[in-house]
Amino acid sequence: MSEGLDVAAATAWLRRFADRIADEKGWLTELDSAIGDGDHGINMHRGMSAVAADLADQPADLATLFKRAGMKLVSSVGGASGPLYGTFFLRLATAAGDAASLDGAGLASTLRAGCDGVVARGKAELGEKTMLDALLPAADALEAAVADGKEPADALTAAAEAARAGRESTIPMQATKGRASYLGERSVGHLDPGAASATLLIETLADAVADES
Amino acid sequence: MKKLINDPDAVVRDALGGVALAHPELRIDREHRLVIRGDAPVRGKVGLVSGGGSGHEPLHGGFVGPGMLDAACAGEVFTSPVPDQMQAATTAVDGGAGVVHIVKNYTGDVMNFEMAAEMAQAESGVEVAAVVIDDDVAVRDSLYTAGRRGVGLTVLVEKVAGAAAEAGRDLAAVVDVIKKVNGQGRSMGMALTSCTVPAAGKPTFDLPDNEMEIGIGIHGEPGRERVPLAPAREVAQMLVEPILEDYDFTGGDGVLCFVNGMGATPLIELYVMYAEVAALLDRAGITIARSLVGPYITSLDMAGCSVTLLKMDDDLLGLWDAPVATPGLRWGA
Repeated sequence: MSEGLDVAAATAWLRRFADRIADEKGWLTELDSAIGDGDHGINMHRGMSAVAADLADQPADLATLFKRAGMKLVSSVGGASGPLYGTFFLRLATAAGDAASLDGAGLASTLRAGCDGVVARGKAELGEKTMLDALLPAADALEAAVADGKEPADALTAAAEAARAGRESTIPMQATKGRASYLGERSVGHLDPGAASATLLIETLADAVADES
Repeated sequence: MKKLINDPDAVVRDALGGVALAHPELRIDREHRLVIRGDAPVRGKVGLVSGGGSGHEPLHGGFVGPGMLDAACAGEVFTSPVPDQMQAATTAVDGGAGVVHIVKNYTGDVMNFEMAAEMAQAESGVEVAAVVIDDDVAVRDSLYTAGRRGVGLTVLVEKVAGAAAEAGRDLAAVVDVIKKVNGQGRSMGMALTSCTVPAAGKPTFDLPDNEMEIGIGIHGEPGRERVPLAPAREVAQMLVEPILEDYDFTGGDGVLCFVNGMGATPLIELYVMYAEVAALLDRAGITIARSLVGPYITSLDMAGCSVTLLKMDDDLLGLWDAPVATPGLRWGA
């Protein structure tokens, strides 16, 4: 195995994401306390711990791995993050189909499918101060880098950079979706916690593919 | 953090254990964290399921019983329950006449209940109708927000819908009553202090001793504006005026006036507030037909209150007065 995302790399991705969420739990909760209800880190940590615990017996294919992760998140996170992250992984499962491994183009279309799921479930779009402000630029950057002929690991590095830039772009935004929207103008000047956790999701994907391939 | 708990991560589980022991007439599903009416499913009756984050007690579990809810799903503190719970609750109370999901308008609650309804309908074929409650006038412009929040009116919805279902009305008729109540009820809340989520260990936001937050929700999410502390008379104005500006409560058969405590405010203060609210309504030419005063939809240890007005008619008066037997509300039964 040289390039892309196979079951081993995808498993490593989920483990790394669970670890980063555990490390950043306090930060995510702090961000959420400023403009939400202060539980994003706690909820994501509970969900990703459940996902990580379920990785002991590794499924044979990507679709099963993603489906199990998605169902675990839906059934353990609650709040808005549960259905949103759950739907993300369930859409990855559908998009991965029976592929044993995803190459650059496969990664790009699969990530796009996951983002489309979040858009549909959350009825949100770019610029509303949500996780989509990190996810959609990442999907765009991944597609562009793959089209430019970049290797998957490099393309994902570009995607992670785009996610970070997208995350930072939420600071001056006024929230129009989710609990932060109740604050109106007072939501301006704060980093969106969903965009922060979604950036960790893309960063750990890039790390996993770089290290495992 | 000073709280009567054993373990911050076990608060919901431990509390449900207490509910089970204190209320043997109810059935507790510990795995799914459900409070279920002891005789559910009631054959031929529309089932009523609600649920939401914990920390608002007695809402929702305390309103399970004859004349009110058939089941309530308890999420983590201030976090929506998950679809598995709602699906299990739906199946447990399905008496063959369909099930209504009463959902407070929060992004997470709406999404999880949506997924649960999809799952329940796909798997067991039970007819599910969801009604979203959004009565909080503090959220002004729904085009640029997630929409008005579901707050105090939810208590009144659960009582009235419960009576309608108990009286044998069908699924469509129960949904109609809920929509009517949601259409002619409005709320506004305020906080004197923040609240502390056990797992977070510290107050959700800082509120200086000499300030209060107007337009607060029920999750410790900050409100719309922060103003200097004021006497109850002025606070009542800040809550009642936006409600009256938003909907015409004059005429009809008067209103149900509900002054709710946020958790840490004593009843004596709620009655001080009630007197001020009643005086304002009198001045506005609005008759109070029924009242409810007390902590019924709380926000953990937050100090503060909310005011809810519901315009009444003959039908709603009858449904409100009908017998109810739950841990949180009980009369006539």
